[in-house]
Amino acid sequence: MDIHEYQAKELLARFGVPIPRGSVAYSPDQAVYVATELGGWHWAVKAQVHAGGRGKAGGIRLCRTYGEVAQASKELLGKTLVTAQTGPEGKLVQRLYIEVAEPFEREIYLGLVLDRKAQRIRVVASAEGGMEIEDIAKNKPESIRQVQVEPAVGLQPFQARELAFGLGLNIKQVSRAVTAIMGCYRAFRDLDATMVEINPLVVTKDNRVLALDAKMSFDDNALFRRPQISEMRDPSQEDPREAQANQHGLNYVGLAGDIGCIINGAGLAMATMDMIKYAGGEPANFLDVGGGASPERVAEAFRLVLSDRNVKAILVNIFAGINRCDWVAQGVVQAARDLKVPLVVRLAGTNVEAGKQIIKDSGLPIISADTLADAAQKAVAAAQGKAA
Amino acid sequence: MSILINERTKVIVQGFTGDKATFHANEMICYGTNLVGGVTPGKGGQKHLDRPVFNTVKEAVAATGAEASLAFVPPPYAADALMEAADAGLRLVCIITDGIPAQDMMRVKRYLMRYPREKRTMVVGPNCAGIISPGKAMLGIMPGHIYTRGNVGIVSRSGTLGYEAAAQMTALGIGVSTSVGIGGDPINGSSFLDHMALFEADPETKAVVMIGEIGGPQEAEASQWIKENMSKPVIGYVAGLTAPKGRRMGHAGAIISAEGDTAAEKAEIMESYGLHVAPSASDLGATVARALASL
Repeated sequence: MDIHEYQAKELLARFGVPIPRGSVAYSPDQAVYVATELGGWHWAVKAQVHAGGRGKAGGIRLCRTYGEVAQASKELLGKTLVTAQTGPEGKLVQRLYIEVAEPFEREIYLGLVLDRKAQRIRVVASAEGGMEIEDIAKNKPESIRQVQVEPAVGLQPFQARELAFGLGLNIKQVSRAVTAIMGCYRAFRDLDATMVEINPLVVTKDNRVLALDAKMSFDDNALFRRPQISEMRDPSQEDPREAQANQHGLNYVGLAGDIGCIINGAGLAMATMDMIKYAGGEPANFLDVGGGASPERVAEAFRLVLSDRNVKAILVNIFAGINRCDWVAQGVVQAARDLKVPLVVRLAGTNVEAGKQIIKDSGLPIISADTLADAAQKAVAAAQGKAA
Repeated sequence: MSILINERTKVIVQGFTGDKATFHANEMICYGTNLVGGVTPGKGGQKHLDRPVFNTVKEAVAATGAEASLAFVPPPYAADALMEAADAGLRLVCIITDGIPAQDMMRVKRYLMRYPREKRTMVVGPNCAGIISPGKAMLGIMPGHIYTRGNVGIVSRSGTLGYEAAAQMTALGIGVSTSVGIGGDPINGSSFLDHMALFEADPETKAVVMIGEIGGPQEAEASQWIKENMSKPVIGYVAGLTAPKGRRMGHAGAIISAEGDTAAEKAEIMESYGLHVAPSASDLGATVARALASL
């Protein structure tokens, strides 16, 4: 789960990470009021969307008067911001963050990630802040410094110091950078984050170290014990179909094709989508109905897939282990009664004969398939309007 | 022979008396697994499925001589159950549970390092279908009847794709020595590499199928090891050619976030290390048959 910059900054500040003063605003009037409250001469008006690359996309405006704050807010609110990370559909701006603009001398990159190879948390820093980490890795790999965190004892101050000295900071700056790095680590650990990124972490003329931007992502599997994080979810930044799927215990990812997919198991779902592509078609979605797929859940899966107007055919592929084919078949038959697009069903595994019988006895025009390849070819043919 | 489990392996179930655990424990017994009891804290002394229930894993081990366990424990308590199993000296724990926090698994893995390698518990999973040595024993939730006994090992991140491979092989008359589901999480108890080494050492196994997914460094790591250490042919496949970058595809670990994470890149790496790469999921069985024919 992702959260907004202002939320990440609030969280990080509680762990001692220094941030510039700022506040959230939902309207131009509120933005101006926040600026007057904050005081100062320069403010950054920042569009809050769940994506990086906002600066280049015009989502961050530097303002010198209240009038400019109002103007920038009017322009940004309600706008769909398209950045390098949002995809072409962009993300809607509904909140702004108004922040005192601090002049700074240096920009540093600081990131904490879950390192899958080492199976530990890894802290990455670079003196080339402000750039995306992928670009730093490509263009200035020698500037990247990193340490792994031993899970039994956690990040140690000496490790943070090594990073800070390695970035060429002076002694005053080092102690403040250590505070920031340790704070980010504790937030990562205590809040079950999967990513914390401060880009840039800036150094001011008077040797202060500030998190100018902040991004955090959290482990969905740990949200049961982080209700304060769950509350930060902003549905406006999520695909509505994916959010709806989530509520029903389904895993859905919308794609650009026209063959709706209902499959059990993430691996089999991806493999089936690949088969559709081989057969000359394009999948409209990824959908894993998961284990224990009840007839209700299958019916919900159909509703979800059909809410995509591009869908011209549906392919159901179930290899039942923890599931049962007869149960799935009941759900399929229920959902297929008023279906307007062709439906291809392939069942295998537990109670397969009973499942096939239910489909057959339903008298519905369901196209059955025996193998994966057969199912994909029939679905592609059906979507193209040909008889299989 | 087979790896990890056989008909003699004494097995317990952690979270024994829960609904799902009861259903699958019964399936395991019907399959012939030597299930000797189970653990549910607070229900020690009772009988369940005609087998004794214990309060702790240590008690279960002391009373039954159990060496392996199947853990059916909800996500918040899963890490605790795994560490308890390791501390009780079980050789193998298979954890089916989906949805365990990544940092919990990180701590579990660190905890396992307390024990010397030869005494260290092998954790299989989480978020997996389990382990089956066809005709001998089953430690998981798979449909046992689709597997036939034979000489090909299977290691898969995906449960249902593992079934798909086994079914295609059965249709071609090819049997399985052991099939292991390592699970779809970013941090799993054991990796492709761990099981490849076991299959290489198993005299009954003649070839191994490795079924990967997008995301993570495991397939590449195993492929390199295979090239350098393995005498048996390995058939590789990676699902997810159509997966877009940055989108998580169901499994917590299935997300393209770094170089080498895509299905095409992984297939290329497998190919370069000499694996027999199946061009699609429907060619898994045929590719295995070709690899066996070349022996």
